[in-house]
Amino acid sequence: MTNSSKNIDVRNWYLSGFKDFESKLNGESESYLHLIRKLAFEKLGNTEFPTMKNEEWKYTNVNPVLETNYIPAFISEKTVITADDVNERIYTGFDCYKMVFINGEYSEELSDMENLPEGVTAGSIRKLLKEQPEIVEKYIGKNLYKENAFNLLNSAYATDGIFVHAAKGVVVEKPIQVVYINGSKDQNLLITPRNIFAADENAEFSVITNHSGIEGKSYFTNIVTEGFLQKDAKIKVYKLQNEADNAYHIERAEVDLKETSIFSHYNITFGGSLVRNDINTELNGEYCESNLYGLYFGSTDQHIDNHSLVKHMSPNCESNELYKGILDDSSRGVFNGKIYVRKDAQKTNAYQSNKTILLSDDARIDTKPQLEIYADDVKCSHGATIGHLDDTAYFYIISRGVPAELAKSMLIRAFVDDVVGKINIEPLREQINHQIFEHLHRVEI
Amino acid sequence: MIKIKDLHASVEGKEILRGINLEVKEGEVHAIMGPNGSGKSTLANILAGNEAFEITGGSVEYVGKDLLDMTPEDRAREGVFLAFQYPIEIPGITNATFLKTAINEIRKYHGGEEITAKEFMAMIRNKAEILGMSDSMINRYVNVGFSGGEKKRNEIMQLLMLDPKLALLDETDSGLDIDALKVVSEGVNKFRSEKNAVILVTHYQRLLNYIVPDYVHVLSKGRIIKSGGKELALELEEKGYDWIKSEQLEENPA
Ligand SMILES: Nc1ncnc2c1ncn2[C@@H]1O[C@H](COP(=O)(O)OP(=O)(O)OP(=O)(O)O)[C@@H](O)[C@H]1O
Ligand SMILES: [Mg+2]
Repeated sequence: MTNSSKNIDVRNWYLSGFKDFESKLNGESESYLHLIRKLAFEKLGNTEFPTMKNEEWKYTNVNPVLETNYIPAFISEKTVITADDVNERIYTGFDCYKMVFINGEYSEELSDMENLPEGVTAGSIRKLLKEQPEIVEKYIGKNLYKENAFNLLNSAYATDGIFVHAAKGVVVEKPIQVVYINGSKDQNLLITPRNIFAADENAEFSVITNHSGIEGKSYFTNIVTEGFLQKDAKIKVYKLQNEADNAYHIERAEVDLKETSIFSHYNITFGGSLVRNDINTELNGEYCESNLYGLYFGSTDQHIDNHSLVKHMSPNCESNELYKGILDDSSRGVFNGKIYVRKDAQKTNAYQSNKTILLSDDARIDTKPQLEIYADDVKCSHGATIGHLDDTAYFYIISRGVPAELAKSMLIRAFVDDVVGKINIEPLREQINHQIFEHLHRVEI
Repeated sequence: MIKIKDLHASVEGKEILRGINLEVKEGEVHAIMGPNGSGKSTLANILAGNEAFEITGGSVEYVGKDLLDMTPEDRAREGVFLAFQYPIEIPGITNATFLKTAINEIRKYHGGEEITAKEFMAMIRNKAEILGMSDSMINRYVNVGFSGGEKKRNEIMQLLMLDPKLALLDETDSGLDIDALKVVSEGVNKFRSEKNAVILVTHYQRLLNYIVPDYVHVLSKGRIIKSGGKELALELEEKGYDWIKSEQLEENPA
């Protein structure tokens, strides 16, 4: 089959499934979300899935994702997940609220959202659309623009996702950990979480999204996330992506920042066969701050593509971006970080760095910083390095009697330390360190 | 303890060591001096097993074994220790983890038991005290954020903790203030015994007032061109290296 016919076939599959899906929505087909779905469905009819001819997808061939006809999870047979399954996957050692999604659908019984502070609305978007539709409608779809076919596919089939809203001045001390458990033993599933994070003036919260899979058929997680920070708000999102080996994972996140707000994103990729993240922030007020941190660990033939766009629309803002990766075997990485500075966004401070270590001759990274700067009073730095473990440091360590493999592990830990160190939940850092060595099949230090 | 015979080495096709002969016995301290770029660090690194250099000839016998045939790890386990001229920073790994790992690997090699947490803490506190280092450095990452002098001190900390047979000290004195120089020298002197040996590379006679050598060798262009007792260092301080070079020319006219 040629690429373009595959592109059309799979779209026909998703388009033809829509009627059946719609019929199962019952009362929910009256909701505001359904207007979004229908609009997206229409647009999907004449939007192609991206190909490598598209500059934004130059290094990522999405054909493997288009090869299978995934069944929207909402109309699939349900997978049974127990509390034990959740406990196996959840990050522990710290207090947190817990939301559990099974193939994108909220599980009330496995979640624990008791004792949220007053002024916080957090839970399942689907449920909130029924109970307090206005609060969801205020945000959903508001930050999206130039949707590609994957984003439209999410919008067309989205039924549930995370909703967190903190009202003016409310600080949520404990992080909210969201455990996604994805996949099925019998069916190929399309999972379409739709998330909203919104913090009003002076409000603060943190969310840990923990994406995991079960052993079974290949599935496709296709997420859209929107973030809204009002004046002086702070949101932290820790994305810990541990999907199954045979899963595909795509997320687009769009975050809007108003003056003096701070958004920090920690994007850590372990799982998935093909992974694409688009993490975009728009700084729409003075003195706000966007922090994008990332770690990616590739083994076997994983393909991990991280795109970001930081748009400086207002003066006096700061953006930091630090992405580091370790690629082993024949894994591939893509990093494309774009910084855009509008003409009147004077006194912008924008910093970007991407560093990758290749552990094997077959591993590879394509890295591309892109700067589009129209203001003249700007401090902007960017850099990308690709290398191997440092020989001199390696010799230093083994010259103390440390075995070669352990020495390499120490160097891996040294390499990721500045990004891991940004995570200020200590037990989480330790578990991430553990996962790094597990994922790269190396002795742990 | 160690017998170096006609050692030749090169890097990127450039010959750096051009026939080194040196024998060091238990209990001895040998100082190696010589101009910048003469090959002092190269020699020390080759003995510790740095594979950046290609050995093109000669042999090194260490405690009856062929040193050049051993991996760097095994050399360390057999008691070779190099204090680096430029110590390396290792973020994410604390001094405690680093040293405990090294000690346990060395013990394991000799069929010994792992060090207990208590034993380790007592040992590290004791050594830190000798070197005037604060306890808090134990849980800091290896050399990260250390000043130049602190890094050198930390090398000697590792020396005392690992207690090797053959210590190679590569310009451990450079970057140290006068007080630190005394403290570090005292550390090295505490380490010295009838069972171990020290080869120390330095540019300054001053260090040799504190760590008194049995022999002083002058390395120039990859060869030892003069050897003598501790007075040789004083002579060098006074006259510089040119004096020997011209003396050499008289002995071996080209
Ligand atoms: N990895 C390398 N690649 C290329 N040249 C090297 C390398 N290592 C050492 N050299 C060269 O070998 C020569 C000897 O260097 P070495 O570091 O041993 O000198 P040294 O006597 O220790 O000098 P200093 O007193 O400045 O520390 C120098 O010319 C140096 O440039
Ligand atoms: Mg040197």
